[in-house]
Amino acid sequence: MNQLTNAAMSQRTGAPTLSVKGLTITYQAKRGSVQAVRNVSLEVQRGEALALIGESGSGKTTLGLGLVRLLPSTATVRQGELVYRRTVPGTNGGPGAVTEVDVLKLNGRELRQFRWKECAMVFQAALNAFNPVLRISDQFGDTARAHGYLQGKALTDRARHLFELVRLDPDRVWRSYPHELSGGMRQRVLIALGLLLEPQLLILDEPTTALDILTQRNIMDVLKELRQQLDFSLIFISHDLSLAAELADRVATMYAGKLVEISDVYTTFKNPVHPYTIGLINAVPTLTAHKDRVSSIPGSPPDLIDLPTGCKFHPRCPLADLRCRQEEPELVAVTGTDHWVACWNWQIARRQLSNGGKGGAA
Amino acid sequence: MTTLIQLDHITRRFQVKRQQFIKAVDDVSFDVQEGEIVCLVGESGCGKTTTGKMIAGLLKPSGGQIFYRGQDITTLQGEAWEQYRLSVQLVHQDPYASLNPTHSVFDTLAAPLRRHKITVGEAATRAQARELLEMVDLTPATDFLDKYPHQLSGGQRQRVAVARALTVKPSFIIADEAVSMVDVSIRISLLNTLLRLKREMGLAVLFITHDLALAKYFAWEGRIGVMYLGRLVELAPARQLVEAPQHPYTQVLLSAIPEADPDVTRTKQHIQLRSMDVPSLLRLPSGCAFHPRCPCFEGETCEQVVPPLAFFRDGSAVACHPVQRERKLDRVAEPTRAD
Amino acid sequence: MTAMETTSTSRPSRESGLLRTLKLLARNKIGLLGLIIIILMTLMSFVGPLVIPPETQAHTEQIYKPPSAAHPLGTDFQGREMWKMAIHGGRDVLIVAFLAGILTTLVAVTVGAVSAFFGGWVDSLMMGITDIWLTIPRFLLLVVVATLVRLENIWMLALFLAFFGWPGLARQIRSQVLSLKKREYVEAAQLLDLGAPHIIFREMLPNMMSYIVIAMINAMTSAIYSQTGLVFLGVVPFGNNWGVMFSLAYAKNAIYNPNAAASLLVPMGAIILFQISLVMLSRSLEEIFNPRLRTGV
Repeated sequence: MNQLTNAAMSQRTGAPTLSVKGLTITYQAKRGSVQAVRNVSLEVQRGEALALIGESGSGKTTLGLGLVRLLPSTATVRQGELVYRRTVPGTNGGPGAVTEVDVLKLNGRELRQFRWKECAMVFQAALNAFNPVLRISDQFGDTARAHGYLQGKALTDRARHLFELVRLDPDRVWRSYPHELSGGMRQRVLIALGLLLEPQLLILDEPTTALDILTQRNIMDVLKELRQQLDFSLIFISHDLSLAAELADRVATMYAGKLVEISDVYTTFKNPVHPYTIGLINAVPTLTAHKDRVSSIPGSPPDLIDLPTGCKFHPRCPLADLRCRQEEPELVAVTGTDHWVACWNWQIARRQLSNGGKGGAA
Repeated sequence: MTTLIQLDHITRRFQVKRQQFIKAVDDVSFDVQEGEIVCLVGESGCGKTTTGKMIAGLLKPSGGQIFYRGQDITTLQGEAWEQYRLSVQLVHQDPYASLNPTHSVFDTLAAPLRRHKITVGEAATRAQARELLEMVDLTPATDFLDKYPHQLSGGQRQRVAVARALTVKPSFIIADEAVSMVDVSIRISLLNTLLRLKREMGLAVLFITHDLALAKYFAWEGRIGVMYLGRLVELAPARQLVEAPQHPYTQVLLSAIPEADPDVTRTKQHIQLRSMDVPSLLRLPSGCAFHPRCPCFEGETCEQVVPPLAFFRDGSAVACHPVQRERKLDRVAEPTRAD
Repeated sequence: MTAMETTSTSRPSRESGLLRTLKLLARNKIGLLGLIIIILMTLMSFVGPLVIPPETQAHTEQIYKPPSAAHPLGTDFQGREMWKMAIHGGRDVLIVAFLAGILTTLVAVTVGAVSAFFGGWVDSLMMGITDIWLTIPRFLLLVVVATLVRLENIWMLALFLAFFGWPGLARQIRSQVLSLKKREYVEAAQLLDLGAPHIIFREMLPNMMSYIVIAMINAMTSAIYSQTGLVFLGVVPFGNNWGVMFSLAYAKNAIYNPNAAASLLVPMGAIILFQISLVMLSRSLEEIFNPRLRTGV
């Protein structure tokens, strides 16, 4: 039943493309220091698609920006390691050389080379990311030139190839201006632009928000095809669980700046063990769900400047006990699997909070 | 049940260029009974928001009539008109823009209470404001009364917006994408509040959304209407529409929606469209507006004749030639206006 | 990165917009300096004359004395102490500035807001009048009118300046209101039938306060320019304020006499100092009232 993609099958073999260790990012606001990302560690394997799921105040966008070091000046990376690995294929199919680099230690010039060549990002509401007075071809040309990439005919050919992969008509799109394209088309152009320099890692921030259903479907199909045709890892950041269900190999749930659960996508939806994840999945109705199976999580996300003690979810958690109020849990492995959860009561969570859920109960 | 609102062949045109008009809403008819829930779903540009605004009295229809409790609203004068306006309230999509940033929650609620003399005196106004906040589950109410919008979360702001709509004791609330910009985990809670208010106050609700799963949840006992390029293409009881959609567009939509369950969503068959061209109100196709993309396209009739909304015995209504032909025997007359 | 949802549970903010403004202002050094200078000059011009007796007599023995310990700012062509003249000379200028500023702003806000809110023929009519007004060279018109009508006192002068100053401002206010009209909370107020006066003055105006304050400051600077110009042309025949001081000094050919420099520089300096302070304050207010910050301190 588990239809793991090829990438997921080969997971945990070979060095992960991206290793984040203990990343902590804060913002300086008038009222105080905003703890946006708190001690986040995760790994993305080669060719894997990781979904970063969270709501407002979860820190997912900050984390995404932090991964490419495009944080605003008010943000500071307090600590952490961001190791990016590129595996150069060896001769005769043998294991190749692996170059490692800590992105947080790169200086200006090295960072510019890293960005877009090794790791590209498509921002949220990026439909307005275009320069309205430049044609698409110019924007591609500018990007290519800035990174010393292909020019002229070679560039046009590469772009046309990418356009075909994202189901755009090259003749129609190449010489047009952004305003002549629809929202869905612009999003696909941005994805193509992200893949232009053949990065190993593509980060998408809310790629389908603000798009219509049919356009969303198109983008998702395009992303699936791209993953089959090209070799790159994908991180997408979203509040949309259905996007994760559709595209992800692994899902990481974030709450109040911390990773609370991370596992493969089927486990996340069928066998979640963190009360927040469980609550979140129960809060999103599917077309086939019965209305009595749907419930909500009471309360609101916490104030990131004035966080509660202990586990940040405890004010809203039906299982919260004394320990939860005092000590913040760290990620532990659900015995014998690659499923990690940060909760003191994870073992009873599934049993107690399941209201039938959407899949089989345990 | 009595008919609260009836839309009778409503049309709304907008001028885009000197000689160019678009029909944002084109010949739409449906009714809403007292205490009923109807959802209007569709993609952007389908006209659902414009329809909502016309019912609320914010826009005037270019053609057709709207009846409130059997009376044509254009004939309403003075107090009757005012009563109509107050009985239909709207909750906006954006919680960050729907409250005046310089007004506290109390100010926002007090303004209509004072203006329409629903309460007299400061104490009574404050008490009523507290009660309204409790009705929308913002408790303890006294904590919230003196807060300003920037101190509230998105979900809390939406509740204040609902409380504000309730100040004038409406009989009909139009929720225009009211939960789209609210956190996912809170959407259901907000909808449940609306459902409870509907039960306790006999409110009718028109829920405008692009999220069919939410629409099915909210309109569990009600109906869903699907709009496409300004026209109503299907209208049926919610569960029936989602489980057995009749109009090809509805079928395509339902098949295309990703769902929060990997087993379901990865094995879903997506109905392919005939053409990838994005439709536009500026270049409205002739005949059935969906025909260039419709997988059930039949030829000349679809290309040339606009399919009317045909009503069937099981309570559903579909505007599609092939469906109407197949179900000819099931067809019933268009329900007439309840006077 | 605007959706940083931080629900603040701090004490309910009942501070008025003004208090918040002052707090923000305190952080902006230039604006604060401007404000301080304005306050000092206002005190000087209104309280000073109560303390220092005016110079009414000529002291022919000390005509055109340059600045020294005995004569801190020098003396004018009649031997009068410049520093005393400066203290007394501010009152008229400041009164006209404040008065004209307030009147202009009141008229402009009402016209602009009503025009934008109602739209249609009301808008066309009001803007038509405004546009005609705007095409007339304001200062020339002022001069002509001033020669025909005896401007007897500062109140009339203020009235006149307001009368001619409001159109430009009205247009600006109108465009602000037009943009605010589209906000959802305005639409909500319409749905609740709260009435045009409430919507204009209670819903929209509080969100424009910063804009209006800046507009008023601009109206004040404009009034001072006009007033000084009129005085200089001799069209406004009264008073003994900074403008008159400058004008008289000039007429007495002070520019040709190095010793008389003070009699020109002191009034000119006073006017310029006040103007600059107003400008510093308004520029800083603009910075402070960026909409991004308006959502809360």
